[in-house]
Amino acid sequence: MQPFAKRNVAMSRVIKIKKGKDINLVGSAQKSTSDKTVSSSFAVKPTDFKNLIPKMVVKAGAEVKAGDVLFHDKTDDRVKFTAPVSGEVAEVVRGARRAIQEVRILADKEISYKSFDVPSSLTADSVKELLLESGLWTYIVQRPFGIVANPDVTPKAIHISCFDSAPLAADLSYALDGEAEAFAKGVEALKQLTSGKIHLNVNSKDSNPSFISKVQGAEVTQFNGPHPAGLVGVQIHHIDPINKGEHVWTVNPQHVVFIGRLFLTGQLDKSQKVALAGSDLVNPQYTSTISGTNMAALLEGNVKSDNARIISGNVLTGNTIGKDGYLGHFDTMVSVIPEGDEYEFLGWLFPSYARPTISNSLPLSKFVKKEFVANTNIHGEERAFVVTGQYEKVLPMDIYPVYLLKAILAQDLEAMENLGIYEVIEEDMALCEFVCTSKINVQSILNDGLTLMEEEG
Amino acid sequence: MKFLRNTIDKIKPNFEKGGKLSFLHSVFDGFETFLFVPNHTTKSGTHIKDGIDLKRTMFFVIIALIPATLFGIWNVGFQHYHAIDASTTFWDLNNLWFGVLKTLPIIIVSYMVGLGIEFAFCQIKGHPINEGFLVSGMLIPLVLPPDIPLWMVAVATAFAVIVGKEVFGGTGMNILNPALTARVFLYIAYPVEMAGEIWVSGIGEGLVDAASGATALGAFGAGKAVSVPVMDSFIGMIPGCIGETSALACLIGGVFLIATGIGSWRIMLATVLGGLGMGLILNAIGGNPYYELPAYQHLIIGGFAFGAVFMATDPVSAAQTDMGKWIYGALIGVLTILIRVFNPAYPEGIMFAILFMNVMAPLIDNYVVKSNIKRRLSRVKA
Repeated sequence: MQPFAKRNVAMSRVIKIKKGKDINLVGSAQKSTSDKTVSSSFAVKPTDFKNLIPKMVVKAGAEVKAGDVLFHDKTDDRVKFTAPVSGEVAEVVRGARRAIQEVRILADKEISYKSFDVPSSLTADSVKELLLESGLWTYIVQRPFGIVANPDVTPKAIHISCFDSAPLAADLSYALDGEAEAFAKGVEALKQLTSGKIHLNVNSKDSNPSFISKVQGAEVTQFNGPHPAGLVGVQIHHIDPINKGEHVWTVNPQHVVFIGRLFLTGQLDKSQKVALAGSDLVNPQYTSTISGTNMAALLEGNVKSDNARIISGNVLTGNTIGKDGYLGHFDTMVSVIPEGDEYEFLGWLFPSYARPTISNSLPLSKFVKKEFVANTNIHGEERAFVVTGQYEKVLPMDIYPVYLLKAILAQDLEAMENLGIYEVIEEDMALCEFVCTSKINVQSILNDGLTLMEEEG
Repeated sequence: MKFLRNTIDKIKPNFEKGGKLSFLHSVFDGFETFLFVPNHTTKSGTHIKDGIDLKRTMFFVIIALIPATLFGIWNVGFQHYHAIDASTTFWDLNNLWFGVLKTLPIIIVSYMVGLGIEFAFCQIKGHPINEGFLVSGMLIPLVLPPDIPLWMVAVATAFAVIVGKEVFGGTGMNILNPALTARVFLYIAYPVEMAGEIWVSGIGEGLVDAASGATALGAFGAGKAVSVPVMDSFIGMIPGCIGETSALACLIGGVFLIATGIGSWRIMLATVLGGLGMGLILNAIGGNPYYELPAYQHLIIGGFAFGAVFMATDPVSAAQTDMGKWIYGALIGVLTILIRVFNPAYPEGIMFAILFMNVMAPLIDNYVVKSNIKRRLSRVKA
């Protein structure tokens, strides 16, 4: 008999995504893993979570094991944030108004793990308790709003996007090779938390990646098409959209593996393969490390220029972290691209180099060039909204993005709800921001709307 | 380029806050960003951005207008000499020269007045200068008759920019197409002049026999048969507004706009189909010369082609949803023919049709968006 997942894939539905755009950049990570030593500095960043107000549990100088609580959510002390490694809490970095930015840990040479009691039989309550206790709960993202899941909610489904279609994204088949058992265990645990199905959404071009081969009892759906076909929000919209009052949870496959390891071993093991990619890297490839690592040692000697931007995450949604920054909580890749802080003589008329675009008015870039060295220049100035029909070309959802954004700007809650704000989070509309002729900050507007909606709702 | 950049960097502080010339900040910024795309980088959100910007978008519309403009200039001269002496040939270079002398002042006045007002408004409001008027400033002369007095160009442009655009908040905020606002303003405020002998250059001065100055639509409106050969009106060798006579030039511009993705093919196609459809219906009914003008001929006389390609497609004043664009375009086509046929007193139906649909566009979009909302709500019930 074939394993369940394989049979499922053969039977699974294929959903074609027509709208969108694959942005092909120079410097995708080669399928090899660097032998760079693991960094000794790690951090957990409250800023990786939307609207989180952390309440510290440990003080600087405390000794922690991997899995010990560092801080919890001030509004819900069940949601805990734990140390990825053992060592000494070196520093609590604070920013404006003393808001905590980073909790840094100086890691031991040899990591010692806190041991968690794994329940003998998996139930919703026992799984929930262990996930909350270990800090892995914070990897469960709740829609609407893209926030850390509320433990009191039972979602109608849990979706796991098994591929990443973002520019330069990590190839999860490679990054998670050999993790099939942990992934299957993670899915088994998560299954206790929903009243509905666990959805594994795969790429039709790689419809049976090795890491899902041992999964049992999940619904597999194939997706075919350009970015954002790999975004879980788009997938949910096509499989079973979120209506008012409903909740759906999403988890990244890498984090499903963390959960699986915990349930297999009783230890919080957040080691992961991270893709280092981008045109400003000498040697773009994968690196084995632990979530929350400082990137300086891992990037040393690998960054081509001093004027490069180092981004935790992809170039559409990631955060600038700088050379001495830390890998973000949710991130599975680091992008390194050149800054674009240069004037370009008549650049709007005669672009001096090719740049990614969806516009036919840049024929060389659109039709001839296949891979781009993209920099961070805005390529124009911010303007009032003029050109219509662009956002719709890259948002494969039955949503009118411009009207949704207008409703947000007008702070019209009812209109926001009617126009589908529950179905999107920032990343879903990142391509709209990329293509915008008027250079409008779509994600930031959407963030305002989501925050307002969450506060009012 | 280094030298130019250095020079700009040297004089730039004068125009910034606290500088001697800070009252010209927006103007300076306008020229600087024209010469150099700024060195601004992304701060939040996406780290990379598409290569397209509003300057390029607007400039591509200008490029699309080149065939209509050049042909229009030539045609002004051709109509003039042809009216004096019917043996004038197509290739006579005098046509072009005369056209340039007639047309250039109109274009210059339109840009000077329009940009002047635009600069002043941006400066007062502290906004960067928007590229919108680059296109409007070219469209206005192209929809005016060749012998129009320059003061009328100035008044109409000022009206269009101030009342048509700036009072709403500038480019991107206007409800009506500014260029058409200028045209209709003249039509309504100066009916005598606009109906007068300004359609072929030279009639006013008695150089040319007035009878030959009738436009095809004028003749149509007066109940006469449209006697212009179909080929002439397709190519555009007929009297009319400076830039709108040549359906061929508009077709070239339209193809360019569609190929580059700058203009909406939905609106253009829908307008043509709407006009053609309404024309065919009236043909089928028949009974009088207005009804019986072949439907395809409607597309090549008057401003139909120019309006469909360059005016209806203005993204700011048109419908914004894909479905809305189909409805908006089709209704422009239908209304244009209806106005022409049922109300021959206003032969230039297309400008009224577009302005009317500009006003209606938000309503159309509203219904399209409402159907989306209904779909979303019905999902819950199901």
